[in-house]
Amino acid sequence: MSLLKPSLRDPLARVRGVGSARHGTEHFILQRISAVILALLTPWLLWLLITLIPADYATVRATLSNPIHAILLLSFLMALFWHSRLGLQVVIEDYVHHHGLGIFAQILVLFCCSLGALVSLLAISRILFAA
Amino acid sequence: MSQRERPLSPFMIGPYYRPQITSVMSILHRITGVVLSVGAFFLTAWLAAVSLGPEAYAVFASYADSLIGKIVWAGVSFSLMYHLFNGLRHLVWDLGHGFSMQGLYRGGWIVIGLTTLCTLLLWFFGFSAGGAA
Repeated sequence: MSLLKPSLRDPLARVRGVGSARHGTEHFILQRISAVILALLTPWLLWLLITLIPADYATVRATLSNPIHAILLLSFLMALFWHSRLGLQVVIEDYVHHHGLGIFAQILVLFCCSLGALVSLLAISRILFAA
Repeated sequence: MSQRERPLSPFMIGPYYRPQITSVMSILHRITGVVLSVGAFFLTAWLAAVSLGPEAYAVFASYADSLIGKIVWAGVSFSLMYHLFNGLRHLVWDLGHGFSMQGLYRGGWIVIGLTTLCTLLLWFFGFSAGGAA
């Protein structure tokens, strides 16, 4: 473990950008806030999905073009990918013990969650504005 | 900073401890969280398909209607119900309640009951309604 080798570098400098460097509370609070948003919106999303599973394309598109559904979907997906990133970050911190692999996994998670959020944003906008 | 290797308690899942409702539910919260992180991309794919037009939606619907789609619905709906109810249990803990042994077990069994009930409902609605799209 490189962290256990003696070094002149300050431990705080090592830990910055890798793990907790006085940002632990922020992570905790954002995880809870996104959790509450998701918990409140999940019943609505499940109802929407169940009613749209048997529907044809025109009905699905017309339903999602409703601004109320669009804004709730957008809120859900932004909270979802943010919450997902925060959770996967902790899973990697806890179980990936190889330093380089851990950093690679963290960047991959950040990249994938950002991509998911951006594609969702574009798709919802396209449905809403091209209606 | 000490350079000495310190003794560690064994990981909760493994041969050292017998499975307990507390540890099993804790690791299941993380596993379902990872499953849902993957599941999020299916929701995004659905929205992208809707935005791209009827042809793209037909492709998505054919996958959703296949055996793979049904397995994904079954797994994601179970994971969502478990993570939702156990997440609410976590929020109750964050408010400082339910930390007695009795409270931990009672909360755990409530989560298992609600998850089973709501998962079966979602499987029923998902599988009985599917096919028309």
